[in-house]
Order: sequence, then structure tokens, then C-alpha cells
Amino acid sequence: MNAVTDTRRRRYLADNPRFLAGIFMSPAVIYIIALVGFPFVLAIIYAFTNITTGNPDLEFVGLDTFRAVLADPVFREALWNTFWFAIIANLLVVVLATGLAELLTKDFKGKWLVRFLILLPWVAPVSLATITWLWTLDSIFSPIDWVLREVGLITENMYWLGRPGLAMASVIAVHTWRIVPLAAVIVMAGLIAIPSEINDAVAVDGAGTWRKMFQVTIPLLAPIIAVAVLFGVILTISDMSVVFVLTRGGPTNSTQVLSTWAFFKGIEGGALGQGAAVALFLLPVLVAITAVVLRLARRREVM
Amino acid sequence: MTWEDSDIQALRHRAERRRRIGRVSTYTAAIVFGLVAVFPFSWALISMFKQSSDLYVKANNPYWFNEPPTLEHIRLLFIETNYLTFLRNTVLVGLAVTAITLVLALPVAYALARLRLRWGERMGIAIFLVYLIPPTLLFIPMTRVINYLGLQESLWSMIVVYPTITIPIASWLLMGFFKGIPMDIEEQAMVDGHSRIGAIRRVVLPLMFPGIVAVIVFAFTLSAHEFIYALAFNKSSAAKTIATGVPTELIRGDVFFWQSLQAAVIMIAVPLALIFNAFLDKFVTGFTMGAVKG
Repeated sequence: MNAVTDTRRRRYLADNPRFLAGIFMSPAVIYIIALVGFPFVLAIIYAFTNITTGNPDLEFVGLDTFRAVLADPVFREALWNTFWFAIIANLLVVVLATGLAELLTKDFKGKWLVRFLILLPWVAPVSLATITWLWTLDSIFSPIDWVLREVGLITENMYWLGRPGLAMASVIAVHTWRIVPLAAVIVMAGLIAIPSEINDAVAVDGAGTWRKMFQVTIPLLAPIIAVAVLFGVILTISDMSVVFVLTRGGPTNSTQVLSTWAFFKGIEGGALGQGAAVALFLLPVLVAITAVVLRLARRREVM
Repeated sequence: MTWEDSDIQALRHRAERRRRIGRVSTYTAAIVFGLVAVFPFSWALISMFKQSSDLYVKANNPYWFNEPPTLEHIRLLFIETNYLTFLRNTVLVGLAVTAITLVLALPVAYALARLRLRWGERMGIAIFLVYLIPPTLLFIPMTRVINYLGLQESLWSMIVVYPTITIPIASWLLMGFFKGIPMDIEEQAMVDGHSRIGAIRRVVLPLMFPGIVAVIVFAFTLSAHEFIYALAFNKSSAAKTIATGVPTELIRGDVFFWQSLQAAVIMIAVPLALIFNAFLDKFVTGFTMGAVKG
């Protein structure tokens, strides 16, 4: 008799949504708080101390760490580069990804192969995909240079990664190249979600390709393109592998970005406090992005 | 006004021409996008089979085997470098991370999709926001945490930390798949006398199979991609993954083992792209379903 009530109570508990939700969500929530929340707070604390790997005591120095970081011209260059890289790369991503998404919703022969080729830059680990570019942009054996030499456009090699302007352009190109597929897949999801009646109505009205694109497709896609840009910006400002593998921030720090500079300062240089302070400069951008996401979520169009 | 035959003919011609232009531009775009995407990989693919005496001659056509191709550099990669160790580490870490991710994210996704919680929507957004905090912001204190736990220079450092990256995105994906399963199926099972847990186990989870497979692929790939934590936590080759091992160990100072390097990349990138190509539609469905209000 007692056993029966026991099972009943257990079943009742398991069927109670609020109890069940607590059990279901707490492990993940605790995991995330312990390993994201706690280090996040530590990151902010570190930035106000002069902690190094040699001297791990938390001694608060107020804004001194920030002052030291800001006084460094390399840091200012890294900050500047991070934003330029993100802005230019993502402008390119928006245009190319929208075009690519349009393409991927069409039917054509060999689509399987094209999809496979387009997925390569995105699914290969970034650091490995960048190695293929490192070799493609090699100072002596670059096949691009070989073609340019054969055509007679250049006599001397380009030194893609050896000259500041070209090195920046190369980093931006590699970022764009690897983010476009992901952004295109996101936009494609949005394209598929556009009800076919709208396309039919547009066709009946006799609108041409361009009018359709600018007056119907793009306005309808705007929220999902915003999501794609969000991902793109986060991937560009937080990634260090492209710069780390291609240029290590060179030549003479002209391609240094916040993430690589934080790594060189904090991990290789051992100045944990300064490294944390450098990385913290990403926070305003991330907060701004978060605000955009929340607004989009409230508009209930994409979330 | 009546339509003359010639008018109809002209309209038909115009429609036909428009269709043909559309087809030409579709194929042009497909070829251009495909070629740009594959360009550096194509050079890598050719390089990995080239002999050094062919590769390192500036005047040689890079897209031609001026001397017979060789498998020597692939042999070198497997025999004389730690590539196999990196591969093994990547697989071990990926499997463990995927398991932890599924165990923790499945219940979260179910709760968010099904339990009609008052704070469920806010919680869903909060989880998505965790995904927006990049490792770049956390890796310095995280390195200290890992050292404090004594996990540095071991695979455990990555196994413990990577789920913080995969759980948010997996919860979001799985939530979408849960929403795609009609509530009636579950309620019917409960009416038939199953408890909620029983209904989930016997009825819902089998239907979730495609979603779970999608998450396995996704979580595994994300953990194979991770670079900054892996680089900060582990300096010994015994604990490196392909993402950090290949760029740091196959490039020693100024010496590049170019052919072996390219082979190392191709042998990872091609299988991954094949798998993702097969699952692409599943991912798109998962993400859009997650976005639909349940």
C-alpha cells in the first residue's frame, strides 16, 4: 500500500512541469555558471589587477592596467584593426551570402558538388583552412603570383603577407571566405521560410528579378540577414586563428587584432592582467550585439 | 481587344529568353562561388602529391605534375609526425564533449520546448546569449581555472571546457527539433498510462533521432575547430588536437613541411564537408524550427 503511494507521489512529481523543469535545467545551468559565469567575473577582476603568471596574487591597481594597455601603440593598432576587419569583412559577407543563398535555393545540375565545395571553407577547422591560404599566399611559390607572372602583370612577386596593406587585405579576404558559407546557410533558412504565395504574387504582378530582390526579398530577409551579420561579427572579432596562422600579427603589428594581442600579452608574455584587459575591449561590441539580438527577439520575427 | 497569335508568340519568346538568362546566370554564379570556395584547397590537394624537386621550382606550373606524383609526404605525415596522436586526441575529446553536450542539453531543450514555463522564453534567449560570449574573452582566466584544477597538459582540460561552447548551440538546435514533434503524440502516450519520463523515453526520443544525430555532428565539429583554449591550455604535443597541433608542430620555426601540411588539412576538410553536405538540410530545419514560436 505504502509502495503504491510512493510511486504515485514520484509520478506526480515527475509530471509536475515546474519540478521537472528544475531537474532538467539545473545541471546545464550550473555547468554554464561555473565555467562561463565565474571566468567571466574573473576576467573583469583580472583587468583591474597586475596579476602575472609569475605573481598570481590578486593585487588591485585600479585603472593602472588599462592605462598601461592603452599607452601601448600596438594595442591601439590592434583595436583599430579588429574593427576595420570586422566591418569590411561583414559588409562583403552580407552581399556575397545573400547571393549565395539565392543560388542554393535554386535547382541546377551539379548542385550537390557546388554545395560540397562551398561547405569546405566553413567546416574545415579555421586554423587548418588558413594553412591552405598560407601556402596559397606564399612569398615565393604562390600560384596566384605564378599566374600573374605568366600573364605578365608582375615581374616581382607580390609578397601578400609581407606588406602591411596586402597583409590586411589577405586577412579580410580569408575571414570573408570562411564566413560566407555559414551566413549563406542562415540566409537560406530565411529564404525557405518566405511563403511561396508571396513569390507567386510577385510573379503574377510581373516584377523582374531586380525589383523582386530589392522590394520583396531583401525587406523580408532583413531580420535573418541581421542574424547572419551577428554571427559574422562575433566570428571575426573573436577569432585569432586566421591572424595567428597567416601573419602572427605582422608585418610589424599591422595585422595585430585584439584576440592575438591578448594571447601574446597574456599567455605568451605572462601578463595575465593586461591580457584580460585587452580582451575586455571586445565587451562593448558584444553588449551592443546582445542588445540587437534582444530587440530582434522582442520583434518575434526571427526568434 | 483580342490577342493576336503574334503577340502570344512574342510573349512566349520573352519568357523563354528570360528563363534562359536566368539559367545562364545561375550556372555562372554556381561555378564562380564553387571555384572561389575550393581555390586554396585545390592548391593544397595538388601540393600534397608533389615531389619537393617539382614543388620548389618557382617557374614550374603549380597546377601540373612536372614530375610524377608521390605519396611520400603523406607517409611522412603519419610516420614521422604526431599527426596520429593529434587525430586520436581530437576524436577522444570530440566524443567526450559530444556525450556531455547531449546529456546536459537534451533536458534543457525539452524543458524549453515543452514545459510551458513562464520564464522559458527568457531562459531560451539567455542560453543563446551565452553563445555570444566568445572564448577570446574568457581564455585567460579559464587558463588559471584549468591550472587550479590541475587539468593543464591533458585532454581533460578541453573535455571540461568545450561543453560551454556546445551546450548553448545544441540546446537551441534540439529545442527546434522538439518543437517539430507534435505534442499529441506525447499526450497520447501519457493517456495510455506512461509517465511523462516514460513517454519521453519511449515515444519522443526515438522521434528525435535525426535531431540528435545533427547535434552529434555539430558538437563534434565545434570541438574539433576550437583553437584558442586548446592553444592556451596545452603546450605538449601529447595533448594537442589537429587544430593546434598541425599549425604549431608541422611548422617549426621557418621550416615548413608544406606537402605534409596540406595533406593534413585535406584529410580533415574533405570528410567533414561530405558529412555536413549530407546533413545540411537537417541543420537548416533545426535552426528554423528553433526560431518558430512554440
